[in-house]
Amino acid sequence: MLPTDPTKKISFTRCIKEGDLVIVYERHDCMKAVKVCQNSAFQNRFGAFKHSDWIGKPFGSMVFSNKGGFVYLLAPTPELWTLVLSHRTQILYIADISFVIMYLELVPGCLVLESGTGSGSLTTSLARAVAPTGHVYTFDFHEQRAASAREDFERTGVSSFVTVGVRDIQGQGFPDEFSGLADSIFLDLPQPWLAIPSAKKMLKQDGILCSFSPCIEQVQRSCESLRLNFTDIRTFEILLRTYEIRQWRADCGQGTGGGSAGSIRHKRKQHLIEGSGEKENPNNSTVMARPNGEARGHTGYLTFARLKCLS
Amino acid sequence: MRRQGATGEEIVEALIANSATFEKKTSFSQEKYKLKKQKKYAPKVLLRRPFARSICEAYFKKNPARIGFLRVDTLSLLLSMGNVAANSDVLVVDMAGGLLTGAVAERLGGTGYVCNTCIGDSPYPMDIVRIFNFSNEICKSIVRASVSDVTSQSETSEQSDQLESACNMEIQSNEQKSSSVSMEDISLSSENGVSDLILEANHSPVNKISKSHKVGEKASQETLKLWKENGFSSMIVVAPELDPWSFVKDLLPLLSYSAPFAIYHQYLQPLATCMHSLQVRKMAIGLQISEPWLREYQVLPSRTHPCMQMSGCGGYILSGTRTATNASSQQ
Repeated sequence: MLPTDPTKKISFTRCIKEGDLVIVYERHDCMKAVKVCQNSAFQNRFGAFKHSDWIGKPFGSMVFSNKGGFVYLLAPTPELWTLVLSHRTQILYIADISFVIMYLELVPGCLVLESGTGSGSLTTSLARAVAPTGHVYTFDFHEQRAASAREDFERTGVSSFVTVGVRDIQGQGFPDEFSGLADSIFLDLPQPWLAIPSAKKMLKQDGILCSFSPCIEQVQRSCESLRLNFTDIRTFEILLRTYEIRQWRADCGQGTGGGSAGSIRHKRKQHLIEGSGEKENPNNSTVMARPNGEARGHTGYLTFARLKCLS
Repeated sequence: MRRQGATGEEIVEALIANSATFEKKTSFSQEKYKLKKQKKYAPKVLLRRPFARSICEAYFKKNPARIGFLRVDTLSLLLSMGNVAANSDVLVVDMAGGLLTGAVAERLGGTGYVCNTCIGDSPYPMDIVRIFNFSNEICKSIVRASVSDVTSQSETSEQSDQLESACNMEIQSNEQKSSSVSMEDISLSSENGVSDLILEANHSPVNKISKSHKVGEKASQETLKLWKENGFSSMIVVAPELDPWSFVKDLLPLLSYSAPFAIYHQYLQPLATCMHSLQVRKMAIGLQISEPWLREYQVLPSRTHPCMQMSGCGGYILSGTRTATNASSQQ
């Protein structure tokens, strides 16, 4: 997935090969991750797609089924992976992920500690941010989930930058071997204040910590615990509002409902457009945008803090 | 009192002593009063290592027009949606004074390239890149190329030579990044925010091994050839004054197949028309217009609530992935 491997990097010359992971795109809200296998076929409501048809084509191609339906094959990225991965736990989405990476000041070469791993959504993006010289050490107390996460990282090709450990960070803290070595720490735990003393030991001078909590009570307790050894404590909430577009064609009379009100409106609109002498737009159409009806109201609070330097 | 040489603390004490209403205030209110007076008479300043997030926040607060009103969460989304990672070749249109170029270069960590291109003849200013205080390695990864250079891969013309002399900047860069020094208390007085950052970049620490390296050198023929063969890994556009579709249609073919892109604009309408045009021509899929919303919270015992002030708009982003178009599928 990451361009650090020159043979895997996307380019005009790179084509889909046996064993590649592709993202099958049906619609923007319907995608699946599929491993390409010479003799396999992919089935969906558009028909059956033979993998052998895919091999040799560039990523981004449109491919057809036996029934003439089509899908697109995309190269995997951490963003697409977040949208297709199997949810073993609630995951973080792009808005929170991108903000966390920015605020943790992650660049290639950084060492990041994370707990809990969950479904590995954020972990994949952390790996991208620190590769090829950095590393992500992620911990989850649930052995099965840790194993599934390891499998996913193999599948997406980031396993050389991620090490998954099974550990109860709330109870035991992070392993001593990382003391003073971590550039950043990310906590997504039910009781993060229990892990904060350990986090303090792990962080380098001026290192940054982030704690993600859905509930404000958790945030309050975490901040109280942070005040002792951390500074620049800031809490944020970030959401994404998406928009949909529609083309409004005045000459087709695509108005709201029937009745005289509708036709008068469309006639007036036509008149207006003719009046302005629009030659460039012979279709007399405008594109309009409006927010999507469905919106996410809340994911969690992000609390950031910097380790205090003792002078 | 200041003229007599009294310290800030003493002035604040005197103000409190002379204030008629101080005694009657609640303890919360007293604290607030004290902080306010301290900020004015005894400002404390913290030096911090410059990083994309702090530079963006500082400019957004003090001079947002310079960076096209690009808020920090919007910038972070652009970097994610643009799949910026080590070893990528990222094409950028940066009319945010160099903030975007710097942020991308920071995430590339010295590998790959940021190609700063411009629509038209005059290259865009990249002064803000200096503030990042990049090492030589990272500076080398920041290059310029005009649209004509990248599309036609022409031999160096006189015009492009003039471009080079106009935009080369000398940068004092060090091997080590300047480390932050923490003072007793942490109030980065906002009035000093931006000037402190610039100060830090110019007053390089005592380390005398400073080589000057030019940021924004013209891309070499070799590099141009590489981009022509492989395509760019992704594209990020911050051009709040221009209509996106007018140049995106020319830049998109420069991206590798299945490469992601993200276009920022202050206004929704131009992005809506751009999205529609891309859809109709099947040049991209997974198109989405997003608007980020960011709110900060004050978390204090019994006084936890969202902050009173909030940024109303961080702009809009059109993101998508380039398809592998053949001549046949284009109408």
